[in-house]
Amino acid sequence: MQENNTEKKPLTVPLNDLHAQIGGKMIEFAGYMMPVRYTSDKDEHLAVRNNVGVFDVSHMGEFLFKGKNALNLLQYICSNDIASLPIGKAQYNYFPNEQGGIVDDLIVYHTAEDEYMMVVNASNIEKDWAWVTKHNAKFGADVQNLSSEYCLFAVQGVNAVKTLQKLTTEDLLEMPYYAIKKMNFAGLDNILIASTGYTKKGSGSFEVFVPNNHAEMVWKKIFEAGAEFNIQPIGLGARDTLRLEMGYCLYGNEINDTTSPFEAGLGWVTKFTKDFVNSENLKAQKEQGVSRKLIAFKTKEQGAIPRSHYELCTENGEVIGEVTSGTLSPSLNIGIGLGYVPVQHAEIGKNIYIKIRQKLQVAEIIKLPFV
Amino acid sequence: MEVLKELKYTKEHEWIKLEADNTAYVGITDYAQKELGDIVFVEIETVGEELNQQAVFGTVEAVKTVSDLYLPVSAKILEVNADLAKDPATVNADPYGKGWMVKIALQKPEQIAELLSAEQYEALIK
Repeated sequence: MQENNTEKKPLTVPLNDLHAQIGGKMIEFAGYMMPVRYTSDKDEHLAVRNNVGVFDVSHMGEFLFKGKNALNLLQYICSNDIASLPIGKAQYNYFPNEQGGIVDDLIVYHTAEDEYMMVVNASNIEKDWAWVTKHNAKFGADVQNLSSEYCLFAVQGVNAVKTLQKLTTEDLLEMPYYAIKKMNFAGLDNILIASTGYTKKGSGSFEVFVPNNHAEMVWKKIFEAGAEFNIQPIGLGARDTLRLEMGYCLYGNEINDTTSPFEAGLGWVTKFTKDFVNSENLKAQKEQGVSRKLIAFKTKEQGAIPRSHYELCTENGEVIGEVTSGTLSPSLNIGIGLGYVPVQHAEIGKNIYIKIRQKLQVAEIIKLPFV
Repeated sequence: MEVLKELKYTKEHEWIKLEADNTAYVGITDYAQKELGDIVFVEIETVGEELNQQAVFGTVEAVKTVSDLYLPVSAKILEVNADLAKDPATVNADPYGKGWMVKIALQKPEQIAELLSAEQYEALIK
């Protein structure tokens, strides 16, 4: 779980009461009260893999960038090449910091001419907003923090498209992966729908941005539309196991203010086609190569479940790294995890050993995703 | 949240059910199984060992988390519930019955008086 670095009373999402009413177990996460599960982590996980589920991820932050200078600001603070992003498409990014680490990871959506939206991690909204406004002093773009004005519902799973299609006349199957479109949805004009998601590539991944005042109506319409597929609300517990099966980095676990993007495997979203924060040092790092790498592994013995901070070892027990995320995979029914080890121990197909309750448990290093 | 009147409890959310011959069954409470979520593995490798009150006698793994199991009283571990190896989710389904974890022989029966009553445990989890 992510560290919550604020001492303040937790915030609530607009549908907080609804989640409690429908059986959500509410816990504090990233400074917000959030549903961790409604029924069972496993059932919710499998509902998304095999059917359709809805996550209320309204704790996530949304920033809007407008005007002629928006692109220049984004090119400077983001790792990926925003100039190559056509209108109507989305792109994975991170904010590099000046010390070689990562401020946050995020998605940039090119919503219209000279207009971009960004979705950032809930735990980092304040830090990210300070980062954006600090750098924008040089660029003068029109920037707005809309985080508290929008709800975000992730509708995910093989039956997500059939569910959402009932609420719009736009052909959702026409949307390629990582696209975004404004449309009439659930009777409302100009609703942004993105074919992005945290769970699985391809059709079946949608995120719906809803102004707070319409959130409850839209949530209920989505559940009516999905009733024939037995649509279910999904908590943060299943969200985390779903993301780990895909091997996506979680800010606070795999990446943070001190981790190198190249060690974390984020070289593919680091584009030296432009000048950006710390780009010279990162370029040098890329040329020199890194000394450790994020690996993905799955265990073999029943009950050998990796957890964050467990030690990663060689066969004879020499500690060479640490698990950053681990869980039982509900799809595979074995332990899966991510962690950092020196590059010479990072070869796919080789074994790695995890110290679990003083015993070394063997795991195989695999190529992502797990499922 | 179900709390059975006839059992004694610990602050760590174990229950203990006394039998006539100074033996007892130990498991985790309904509250504990709900907090943990889907239980996927119960590891108890202390059968035959004599352990002190509060000693860790095993571990329970849920999908999202792992938790140690603490012995409510000093005892010898007589038996582990073998059915849990096949179906650990029994702990979720029937925490006070088929989901029991170990049978123990009490070494200091007077320690029972130190445990929480059902009323005290209910107040703790409120």
